[in-house]
Amino acid sequence: MSTPDARSSARLSVLKTYKLYVGGKFPRSESGRVYEVTDAKSGQWLANAPLASRKDARDAVVAARKAFGGWSGATAYNRGQILYRIAEMLEGRREQFAAEVAAAEGISKAKAQAQTDAAIDRWVWYAGWSDKVTQVVGGGNPVAGPFFNLSTPEPTGVVAVLAPQRSSLLGLVSVLAPVIVTGNTAVVATSRNAPLPALSLAEVLATSDLPGGVVNVLSGNTAELARPLAAHQDVNAIDLAGAEAELAAELEGAAAENLKRVLRPGDDDWAAEPGLGRLTAFLETKTVWHPIGA
Amino acid sequence: MTERAMTEQPSQPSQPSKLFAYAPAPESRAVVDIAPSYGLFVDGEFREAAAGKVFKTLAPASEEVLSEVAYGDADDVDAAVRAARGAFGAWSALPGAERAKYLFRIARIIQERSRELAVLETLDNGKPIRETRDADLPLVAAHFFYYAGWADKLAYAGCGPEPRPLGVAAQVIPWNFPLLMLAWKVAPALATGNTVVLKPAETTPLSALFFADICRQAGLPKGVVNIVTGDGATGAALVAHPDVNKVAFTGSTVVGKEIARTVAGTDKRLTLELGGKGANIVFEDAPLDQAVEGIVGGIFFNQGQVCCAGSRLLVQESVQEEVLDALKRRLSTLRVGDPLDKNTDVGAINSAEQLARITELAEAGEAEGAQRWSPPCELPGEGYWFAPTVFTGVSQAHRIAREEIFGPVLSVLTFRTPDEAVAKANNTPYGLSAGIWTEKGSRILKLADQLRAGVVWANTFNKFDPTSPFGGYKESGYGREGGRHGLEAYLEHA
Repeated sequence: MSTPDARSSARLSVLKTYKLYVGGKFPRSESGRVYEVTDAKSGQWLANAPLASRKDARDAVVAARKAFGGWSGATAYNRGQILYRIAEMLEGRREQFAAEVAAAEGISKAKAQAQTDAAIDRWVWYAGWSDKVTQVVGGGNPVAGPFFNLSTPEPTGVVAVLAPQRSSLLGLVSVLAPVIVTGNTAVVATSRNAPLPALSLAEVLATSDLPGGVVNVLSGNTAELARPLAAHQDVNAIDLAGAEAELAAELEGAAAENLKRVLRPGDDDWAAEPGLGRLTAFLETKTVWHPIGA
Repeated sequence: MTERAMTEQPSQPSQPSKLFAYAPAPESRAVVDIAPSYGLFVDGEFREAAAGKVFKTLAPASEEVLSEVAYGDADDVDAAVRAARGAFGAWSALPGAERAKYLFRIARIIQERSRELAVLETLDNGKPIRETRDADLPLVAAHFFYYAGWADKLAYAGCGPEPRPLGVAAQVIPWNFPLLMLAWKVAPALATGNTVVLKPAETTPLSALFFADICRQAGLPKGVVNIVTGDGATGAALVAHPDVNKVAFTGSTVVGKEIARTVAGTDKRLTLELGGKGANIVFEDAPLDQAVEGIVGGIFFNQGQVCCAGSRLLVQESVQEEVLDALKRRLSTLRVGDPLDKNTDVGAINSAEQLARITELAEAGEAEGAQRWSPPCELPGEGYWFAPTVFTGVSQAHRIAREEIFGPVLSVLTFRTPDEAVAKANNTPYGLSAGIWTEKGSRILKLADQLRAGVVWANTFNKFDPTSPFGGYKESGYGREGGRHGLEAYLEHA
């Protein structure tokens, strides 16, 4: 005769079907492909993640372009509030993310918890930049003549983001938040082998008042997704954080075709305070002149 | 700058200027002494090219040979980069205040020699003396003066408390503002402690070589500035040189993309200031007389050979006729001819090659069905000339609406609503400049916000200042020159 305890331990858990995040919706890959994602330490099967295709990448660019006008036109205060909301939503699910990060990266529960907490704090840090960066990097220029002259930073546009391969959540947030806080929209290619925290982050983004299309998340082979993104004529910039040196060089060459702004891969310490480099890499300076006269 | 350059009173078109013809008012050439030949400036001295090759530089207004200049090849580039590398340690270690004093010296010597340099630039480039004298040269001196003051204040530039220079900067500049583009490149590079190898344009090498002499007069340590004259192959060798840390290029978008591909996969930092197809938007409530002056300055300043030229006029349909009538009346008063004449408004096209490109695109405009108009004007028999030209009936699909002509050719399109104006203005892969003409302040601010361009001139056009960052969106390049922003391109990012 079975006890209630035994009955509950026999309960089969409900597994999550991990999906892409494009235009505010959660589609499977149009290709119908998936690939096995395993625990970094035990090698145990974790999930079948979508193996996104070139077509998925192009669809994501369309969604990101569509979202750009509204997101870049939102007030800085509003964007800051939404980024802060992302931190709030993530905080509520920190146990889940810690578990996913531990499995994705093969690190201890404690370390994964620290990574998750740092990722939450990073959203808060960048949220605060939304209505400050303009004053820090822009300003009035004292031209030698009767003119009002003002330089203002503006978002570059659609940014392709190759997320870091090893730091599945903190690294991802560290490259994504600086792109979108200023009004850019993003197409993210997740870590190839550790995509699950990124795909779960999409669920957080979807419930944080972030307009659909501002962030689009694709899991799959980095090179397969990166090549069409680097060559895409309607992508304005690319962050190569997740590309190996050889691939990064190839992608930078392809990006020259429409003069994308390129952020090369570096040896970033994701735990350190980020500085303004990643944020200003995807800003344009606009200078407006007007005569002064009665 | 341009408005001042173009503020003659418009005369009535019905009164031919013959009645009160201008007497010739030539600026004297005696102020400049051009040597029959020049070498490369490497490691503080002029030397012949390793292979002994030379090329001629012409006065585009007369096709007269001005001088013979050494042609630098890959070996010469290598020697220059080695000289710059050799000078880098001491130059970058110099206290900022000392570097500043060198730059202040240079600024002052440029002011002292500005008439000489203006005449030289007009001879070698073909642009009117009034522009070199009143625009190019004052801006060149001001640029050095501005960045001189930064050299000992870099810790306050927003690039971290101890910003470091990059090393050797490879700089390739165009022929449309030869000395001004040199100043935009060299001044911030030196202020931040970098050393320089500069490749001037093939058709306008002389003012850079005179600048080398100014460096000598200023006592600049040898190797800090090196000038390698040559053509596109020389520039390509320079940007591809493995010991260069920074590449800065101003020129065409085609070459800019080539350079971006060359630099891909290296550690070299890159800034590009490339082409444009600027929209000059005129609303019905604009101060139309001022707008017409701005349209003229926007496209005929420097013969339209300006990357930020207002080469597309977007005029609101309701005032199209009025604006075009006034524009044509104004253009009939422009004086085209001898660039050294102080009354000349429009000078020579810089080269036969550029003239051929302008001619080809203008012919394409006609072939595609746009209506071509030029004021009656007599062009000199020798040299490279193109009459100021206006195309009406231009559609967005026409080549003359899409491609950078880089000449005195204006394409006129119309719009009805502000939204349509913005959509048409932004309908280009370029994003360098735009103009807005309206008396409505809120409309200016809305459009300035919506236009995807690095510089927006409202109720003015073609204004420049060393404190004002300049550079493009999209395929007009990346990075900014001028102002605090201009330092970022030459400093290690913290």
